[in-house]
Order: sequence, then structure tokens, then C-alpha cells
Amino acid sequence: MVYITRVEHFNAAHKLYNPQWSKEKNDEVFGKCANEKWHGHNFELFVTIKGEPHADTGFVFDAKRLGQLVNEHVVDKLDHKNLNIEVDFMKDKICSIENLVIGIWQQLLPHLPQDVTLHSLKLTETPKIYVEYFGE
Amino acid sequence: MQKKVAVFRKENFNAAHRLNNPDWDDATNQEVFGKCNNPFYHGHNYVLIVKLVGFINEKTGYLMDMKILSDLIKERIIERFDHKNLNEDCAEFANLNPTAENISIVIYDLLQSEIDPELEMTIRLYETERNFVEYPVN
Repeated sequence: MVYITRVEHFNAAHKLYNPQWSKEKNDEVFGKCANEKWHGHNFELFVTIKGEPHADTGFVFDAKRLGQLVNEHVVDKLDHKNLNIEVDFMKDKICSIENLVIGIWQQLLPHLPQDVTLHSLKLTETPKIYVEYFGE
Repeated sequence: MQKKVAVFRKENFNAAHRLNNPDWDDATNQEVFGKCNNPFYHGHNYVLIVKLVGFINEKTGYLMDMKILSDLIKERIIERFDHKNLNEDCAEFANLNPTAENISIVIYDLLQSEIDPELEMTIRLYETERNFVEYPVN
């Protein structure tokens, strides 16, 4: 079994804000991330699939093709966008990287070929903060 | 003999922005700035490197106390721009397009009065790992 990872990146604006709460409560919980006029990040997305190398190609799956699928179904929806306003699969969700990585998994999985097993996603928000998701 | 050295301090700030020229119509802005023109903004993890060049102070062995330089950058730059919308929250960009080029010049101007005039300062600003600018250029 081999794990192969494709790395893609996108730049986006967001804020952490719970619309059920007052502005004061949002400021208390989310601090400067609650800025109503947004802030932004350079996000990096690590997509890891797993399988046995195919006898004919030596590939678990063509990494270039994986990159195309990730760009088409995930990155194009997120890059240079406002995650709170413009991303259909984040509608009515708090735009934390925890929720974003789950949304990306659900977005990507149906578009992968049936013989490709998605193992994990890693999403970095800053050099100091990242999340991992295994579909559990 | 006095020795000339360079010191560098690296700091980070995360901000939203958009590139837009209000003198142009929407179609021209879209054509020139592409996805960076998105009216709902996008954002970056900016990395700022402040470089100082000069002669070592013989009494301290320092070019400049890096703790003082760090506090200065945090107080004058990071608190101003971190987790902000550069277009909407920051007066410096009320009438100035917040490109990396212009941000680096604004940062230089905000720091210059606080830095010993004997030291030569250069601002390097990374907008992404792949796009970065320097100011001034000799």
C-alpha cells in the first residue's frame, strides 16, 4: 500500500462569526478573526490517496490527474474568494478550517474515480495552524 | 575598523484585500486585475522581512537591539494590518491600491521615522511564497 499526496493552494478571505450570537459575544470568542470586514490567508491543501501501484503505469493514480480534479472541484471554488459569502458548500456554516476541511472532503469525494481511495486531507491556514481529516 | 553587517527581522500578518482602480469601470478592473478584483475580497498570509544595514555599535555589539526592532514592527505594522481588510479598515489604502508593491512602500514610510538614519532599511514583503517585493531598490 502506497500513500501519494498532491499539494494545491488557494488564497481566500473569511471571518469567524456565529450569526446566532451578538457582536460582543463573537468578539469575545473569535477575537480578531471575527473582524466583520474580513481578513485572509494563503491556504495549502494536501490531498492524500492510497492504493497499490498499477502494474502497467507504476501509479497508484496519475498525480497530475488528481491535481486537475482537486483544482476543478475544490480550488476553483475557493481561490480568490470570500469563503463566507461565495462558496456554496460553506453556506450556513462557520468558516473555521475544521468545517472547511470537512466541506472539501464532501466536495471532492464524489468526483474521484471509484478505484481511488481518499485517505486524508490536510489543510494549513498559517504556518502554525493546520487540520487533518480522515473522513471519520 | 568598524564592520558593516545586515540584520533581518521577520514578522507575519494575515489580511484581506482586493485590487481595484476606482477610476476604471468594472470591466476594465476585471480585465486588468482578474480574480484579484473580486468585490468580496480574498486574502493572504503576508510575511514581512525588515532588513537593516549599518555599522556595529562597538559598545553593544548590536546593529540594533532586535527586541526593540521586533516591538517596533509589531506596534507600528502588525497591529495596524493583522486580521484587517486593507481596503476598508486601513486609512493608508483609502486612496491607494493595496498591491504588494504599495504595501511595502507604506510599511517603509511607517517605520522610517523610528529607525536610526545611519541604518539603511529595506522592506521585503511576501504576499505568497512565490510572489514577493522589495523596497527601496538601489
